Amino acid sequence: MTRLIEEVHQLDVKGLQCPMPIVKTAKAMKELASGDVMQVIATDPGSVKDFAAWSKATGNELLESTAIDGVFRFVLRKR
Amino acid sequence: MDARIVILGGGVGGTLAANVLVGRLGHAATVTVVDPTGMHAYQPGFLYVALGQANGRWLGRDERTLLDKKVDLVIEIAERIDPVARTVRFASGGSIAYDYLILATGSRTVPEQVPGFIGAGQEFYSLTGALRLREELRRFKGGRILIGVTGIPYKCPPAPVEFTLMLEDQLRRRGLRDRSEVTLLSPLNRAFTVEAASKLVQPIMEKRGIKLSTFFNVDAVDPTRGIVSSIEGEEAAYDLLVLVPPHRGQTVIDASGLGDAGGWVPTDRNTLQHKQYERIYTIGDATDLPISKSGSTAHFQASIVASRIASLVKGQAPSATYEGRVMCFLETGDRRATTLRFDYAHPPVPPRPAVIWHAAKWMFNRMYWHTIPQGRVP
Amino acid sequence: MTLTETQITKTIDARGMACPGPLMTLIGAIRAGAVGDTFAVLSSDAGSKTDIPAWTTKAKHELIEVRPGDGYSTFIVRKAH
Repeated sequence: MTRLIEEVHQLDVKGLQCPMPIVKTAKAMKELASGDVMQVIATDPGSVKDFAAWSKATGNELLESTAIDGVFRFVLRKR
Repeated sequence: MDARIVILGGGVGGTLAANVLVGRLGHAATVTVVDPTGMHAYQPGFLYVALGQANGRWLGRDERTLLDKKVDLVIEIAERIDPVARTVRFASGGSIAYDYLILATGSRTVPEQVPGFIGAGQEFYSLTGALRLREELRRFKGGRILIGVTGIPYKCPPAPVEFTLMLEDQLRRRGLRDRSEVTLLSPLNRAFTVEAASKLVQPIMEKRGIKLSTFFNVDAVDPTRGIVSSIEGEEAAYDLLVLVPPHRGQTVIDASGLGDAGGWVPTDRNTLQHKQYERIYTIGDATDLPISKSGSTAHFQASIVASRIASLVKGQAPSATYEGRVMCFLETGDRRATTLRFDYAHPPVPPRPAVIWHAAKWMFNRMYWHTIPQGRVP
Repeated sequence: MTLTETQITKTIDARGMACPGPLMTLIGAIRAGAVGDTFAVLSSDAGSKTDIPAWTTKAKHELIEVRPGDGYSTFIVRKAH
């Protein structure tokens, strides 16, 4: 039972410090089509505020922002 | 001096407790909500996203917009609680002191604890999981679908039953029903925890050809064989597997030594105080009470705890007690639903599934942001 | 074995708690517990008198005792494997 196609695009930016998580996310989002969904995993605590602000500024919707054991997960939808 | 009230967690329980407290105490207390991300999620929506009935856009909001302006919001990960010194230390190194602490930390899912789950099993207990499951369902062209439970307790006891009934409905509408087999793997010897609701739901399942496996508590998944096994020693084959992941209390509870083996906080069933530390109250998923982990539970408990703490701050004896009140909907597909309303003294008497309850649930879904966290609904 | 002689690892007071109910809560406790752990479940639900023995038999755990109380029963169950 293998499912190779992930409709939720993944971006791992663990270990990267501000502003790299946002920079990498913005670059990755350019490749997506409108309406596509991406999940970003980060460890930089500053990324919580960064993603909230970036989402507001760019209109790419922040659907989810969670933190489990110091790992942050953001789910974004490209506008 | 102002009483310092700290609330860990900005979900439905924490937000409501904060708003009720400042409503009652005004400037007689400083009320602080500590949350790791400041994003408030409407978790009941994930089920609808998975089934393609909602697009996730209305499922998250900035916590700051839901809190009264007198409430302080601090975005930090609470790492450790010191119940003797009455402080909470943050992962960033800072800390906050409290006179009263409300634990509204919720629960977390730990699918990694079930062998074979990750990758092979679908779940709708996170937005990411719900979106992935939605895609899987869009690609589904027929086969065996199993819906099961991998651990107890879990959030929203009706959810697996609801998903099963709503999914079967969807398959019929898509013309895939005759090519599919839908089986609910129930931990009990009936479809649902509440016997009266099971009596309503089981005839519906039979009529629609939905199979029920009883006393099937999922133990492990074998993706190479496409098999799921139970702790009772049985196996079942799947083409599409949807599982409720195991749940635990939050890490901070474990780290602080305040919880039991599952990370749940030992809580008095009426006062909601910690069984050891009288200044600590726990509401919602985080308690060890053997009651439903649902938003309504957190909602009702939040009001009680806020009332009790407000009384204490004013130097009065607290009188409000939690009497086990819970209120849930149970969707049955076909645009119908029933409701479960109960407390410690009154078992639920669910009405026959009807369109009006489904409509009420959808109104609740839509109205949530404007009414519940702010304390506008008693 | 009487209640006083059996070492209870954990007591679950599920009286008046309709959902998830005494049996579901017991199943969760057994899954999370260690072999040999013994649970005392207090239930005011009439169905528990058949449900709890039925599951412990199927899952091959040990129902040590059922003790009647005032409006409730106490089920003592040991995790056998």
